[in-house]
Amino acid sequence: MTLTVESIKPALALACPLLAALLILLSSRRPNLRESWTLIAGLFQFAIILSMGPVILLGKTVAFPFLTGVLPGVDFGLKVDAFGLIFAITSSFLWILVSVFSIGYMRTLKEHAQTRYYFCFALAIFGAVGVALSKNLMTLFIFYEILTISTYPLVAHEESPEALFAGRKYLAYLLTSGVFLLAAIALDYSITGTTDFNPGGHLTLASASRPFLMILFLLFLLGFMKAAYIPFHSWLPAAMVAPTPVSALLHAVAVVKAGVFGVVRIVCYVYGTNTMQELGLGVMLASLAAVTMIGASLFAIAQDNLKKRLAYSTISQLSYILFGVALLSPMGVTGAMLHIPLHGFMKITLFLCAGFILAASGKKNISEMAGIGRTMPVTMLAFTIGALGMCGAPPVAGFISKWYLGLGAIQSGQMIFLAILLIASLLDVVYFFPLIRTAFFETMPSQELLPGDRGKTVPVFPGKPQRLEASRSIYFLMFLPLSITALLSMLFCLFPNLFYILGLARVAVRDILGGL
Amino acid sequence: MTSFVEHLPILIIAISLFSALTILVVGWFNNRSCIFIFWLTLLAQFIMSLFILNHVLAYGPIHYWLGGWKPPWGIELVVDSLNAYILIILLFLSLACAIYSKSNIEHELPGKRVSFYTLFQLLIAGLCGVTLTGDIFNMFVFIEIFSISAYALIAARGKIALKASFTYLILGSIGTCFFLLGIGFLYSITGSLNLHDLSILLPPFYDNKVVKAAFVFFIVGLSIKMALFPFHTWLPDAHAFAPAEISAMLSGIMIEISTYVFIRVSFSVFTLEFLKLLPVFDILCWVAVAAILMGSVMAITQVNLKRMLAYSSVANMGYIMLAVGLSLSAVESPWGGLNPALMHIANHALMKGCLFLAAGAFIYKANLWNITEFRGLAKKMPYTCAAFVIAAISMIGIPPSVGFVSKLYIIMASIEIKNYFFVAVLLISSLLNLAYFWRVIETMYMKHEEGGRSSHGSHGTSEEIPLGMLIPILLLSSLCIVMGIVWLGKVPIPVLDQVNLMFGLGKVP
Amino acid sequence: MVEWLTAEISSKYNYWVSILLMLIGFYAIIAKDNLIKKIIGLSIFQTAIFLFYISLGVVRKGTAPIVSEEMILKGYAYVNPLPHVLILTAIVVAVATTAVALSLIIRLYEEYGTIEETEIIGAIKRKEADQDRPAF
Repeated sequence: MTLTVESIKPALALACPLLAALLILLSSRRPNLRESWTLIAGLFQFAIILSMGPVILLGKTVAFPFLTGVLPGVDFGLKVDAFGLIFAITSSFLWILVSVFSIGYMRTLKEHAQTRYYFCFALAIFGAVGVALSKNLMTLFIFYEILTISTYPLVAHEESPEALFAGRKYLAYLLTSGVFLLAAIALDYSITGTTDFNPGGHLTLASASRPFLMILFLLFLLGFMKAAYIPFHSWLPAAMVAPTPVSALLHAVAVVKAGVFGVVRIVCYVYGTNTMQELGLGVMLASLAAVTMIGASLFAIAQDNLKKRLAYSTISQLSYILFGVALLSPMGVTGAMLHIPLHGFMKITLFLCAGFILAASGKKNISEMAGIGRTMPVTMLAFTIGALGMCGAPPVAGFISKWYLGLGAIQSGQMIFLAILLIASLLDVVYFFPLIRTAFFETMPSQELLPGDRGKTVPVFPGKPQRLEASRSIYFLMFLPLSITALLSMLFCLFPNLFYILGLARVAVRDILGGL
Repeated sequence: MTSFVEHLPILIIAISLFSALTILVVGWFNNRSCIFIFWLTLLAQFIMSLFILNHVLAYGPIHYWLGGWKPPWGIELVVDSLNAYILIILLFLSLACAIYSKSNIEHELPGKRVSFYTLFQLLIAGLCGVTLTGDIFNMFVFIEIFSISAYALIAARGKIALKASFTYLILGSIGTCFFLLGIGFLYSITGSLNLHDLSILLPPFYDNKVVKAAFVFFIVGLSIKMALFPFHTWLPDAHAFAPAEISAMLSGIMIEISTYVFIRVSFSVFTLEFLKLLPVFDILCWVAVAAILMGSVMAITQVNLKRMLAYSSVANMGYIMLAVGLSLSAVESPWGGLNPALMHIANHALMKGCLFLAAGAFIYKANLWNITEFRGLAKKMPYTCAAFVIAAISMIGIPPSVGFVSKLYIIMASIEIKNYFFVAVLLISSLLNLAYFWRVIETMYMKHEEGGRSSHGSHGTSEEIPLGMLIPILLLSSLCIVMGIVWLGKVPIPVLDQVNLMFGLGKVP
Repeated sequence: MVEWLTAEISSKYNYWVSILLMLIGFYAIIAKDNLIKKIIGLSIFQTAIFLFYISLGVVRKGTAPIVSEEMILKGYAYVNPLPHVLILTAIVVAVATTAVALSLIIRLYEEYGTIEETEIIGAIKRKEADQDRPAF
């Protein structure tokens, strides 16, 4: 029996980014003030969200009723449960780090329209955390759409024809998916009279006919196109024209994770694992995820642009999460839930490294990065940590989630799933290790490398003249977050319960499936 | 108990007519003062309408007998929750447009201030009259009053607008003539013109061909007036080339008032039993669906922003009429009965009002008509563009805006009658909305003026419109969000429930 | 069949006449290119409806509806005055519409030098194509 505690904390957590967004708009002429709002809001939000952890760990939920009875049986309320909190903690913590990075990145590259950038960023976090804390599908939908709209200006930030095209593609995919989601929610509501998330689901075989339920699931799946599964993935690599911090937070954490978060919600909290099992939807979802895991890895190998390669890696890794829930076994679901934050931390490390390399040296493509490991050793070390994590090698966090996923595959009794998991992990190695090899063991063909720079830990690079003007403190702003995330990626392997993550996942799985 | 509120309905019309005359006379001597007379009148009317709504909710409908003649002989003004609700929307939008018009008129219609305000006031008088009257012939007269003032106002800019106005005049007159013919048919059967009286006298004649013919004449006539597809051909030009505030009035409320007349005639005169005899409302749904798709697709092909918005109005009339068409069969609260239709009337007034006023602002500042010319506009007119974006997002139906709530309710109503085709159309249409609105937003925000990205990093010279024009735009756009949340909180639903109760729609408690 | 039709038409000839007039007016509105002729058509259309109303109120051998005590005692019939009143109002409205329409035509003529609809549209289109914006 879960107890519900009424508290204003969820609303406060959401108010932080919203307030920050307004303040950012108001202080558009004073960059320092503007950016400090982001940081202050981020810290407050993280503190508030984390403070809900102990209560949730006791098996309770924190609710904030708001606009009750919008439709009969549907409130626009917030409700925090263990799974939602995992996502909220991840997004809000990484927002702080990425904001720090953004300041360095945006200033170094002298990007335009920074107010709009920070404003939309805050709004996007508002959307993402809102998705995490939603009580039901209807509330989730609202935040989901806010997330889509608010990230468009970030994707199209560069305002070049390429960026505009990517932005259009992004919107076309995601708002179309929003339409499917709305249709699915409305249908779900019309047959059950509720859209609440219940551990164990509110749809049963008695709710409607089998084909109806299966079509409905398909609609839901189309609705969460943010999960970037094949064949609806191409918006994600296209969106990589965005500034790197955007790609980092939004396209490794907030946006895509909102998609997989939604799918997990559907599988575990709307359909329930039993109904999924009876309808045979688990196998279907697992196959889709398997195709994506392997297909996206293959695509990734072919990419020369570092961010695009990371994007395909993200597509592949997101499907690990889908795969985990599709197994419908306690271990699998735990693995999936863990992979949401853990992959977030690791992928953000990778993206921040890519961004740092771009900001410091202007290099985008892997083929140009020969020998970069010697000029930027710490950065590339962080990158290596992230890459190892992606492959699931200890002592990086990715090992933990993959371990659980593997156990889940065994628990579900399908050895072929285990094989797929292993193949996919192998492919991760195939596309990450050549990169690391290039960075560390190949020498740069040109004379770009200045002799004095060899081996410096705080890198100052030759490049376009304006970049040299950037002071070390600004570099430090970029350097610090990526070191922290790399460090945390390692720490999570040793202390999986950092930020209560493992505990929360256990609580969530206990609610859904009745224990590990 | 007679309270002063019971005299307000006639007062609203009377001071409006009186103020039209006063503006004309006073404007002769001092043409600066007419705007203030206009504002004061509207403000007074708006406050009165609030009192009326309050009274209607508390004590039930207001009946006012003109000259003390008892109905059905005399003319009666009847205010129930339906027209009290419509009246507030009408006067609120008029007020916003009136504030906007002060600076805009000097630019768009130099030297025509007096005649403009006289006609504008007459337009409002006509619209109020249609809304408040309880007599069907009186309704016809008021329809003609607002139509004639609208013809003149549309033509105000001259040249191409003259042609637009002429087309509208011809079609509008045919529409009102059909309406008149319908009245004649009903009169020949019942010998009465009072709405309530008609509804009592008609039931024995429901099988009579004349009554059915009358209903068809009403539908056709009003469809022309409300620009329901395929009778929409006059609308795009008329709405595109009128002065900005008049476009906002035309799209935001005038065609909706025709919808109101349609609702009034269908439910108050013919009543539910009659409507259930004929499959008219089912056909209406399909026509509305065609309107939604046609309007949206045509909007995508437009280059001129105001024409695009006008086609979007055609689509939105489709939404409203679809909701009206569903009102018979969808009963569940809160989307049952007329709720979604009435809700969208209010929402469309907010959104389209804001969009047209913003479009007018672009013309005011830089004579920009075409979407392709909007490059980099967001830097020059940040507030107007932001308001435009919010309203456009509402039109697309992104939560928690008003457009989302309407869309949600209409979808729920369609699902309730198990017509998934309508659901699909509504969802597709929101994607089509996305297609045509995003083109504008993208050009405004993401594309740059020719001459490179010179203004990067610095703040471009702001060329924002005068405050008097900006305030209504910002007000309407913020209401697009605020009202969305208010609707979700179901604050105004009791009013709509009363309407449903009055017409016997929705779930019988 | 023929008898039935003649009987139908002759017994309700007033309605048939107004319908015929309506159709004539409607034809003129749609088919004529000249704006003045369109307005003439509209007027015929409106007048047809007015005639319909007036014929509704007719009472055979009725007198003007000026009712005195004597008339009632003698049992005189009088026509229904209400349609007359209504049509009086409607005529005023129609006159106003026509006036607006005619003034629009005058302005159009000043602007484009023609009152043929196709020519006006052609001129507008040409101008719009030249300026790439509405022809104001």
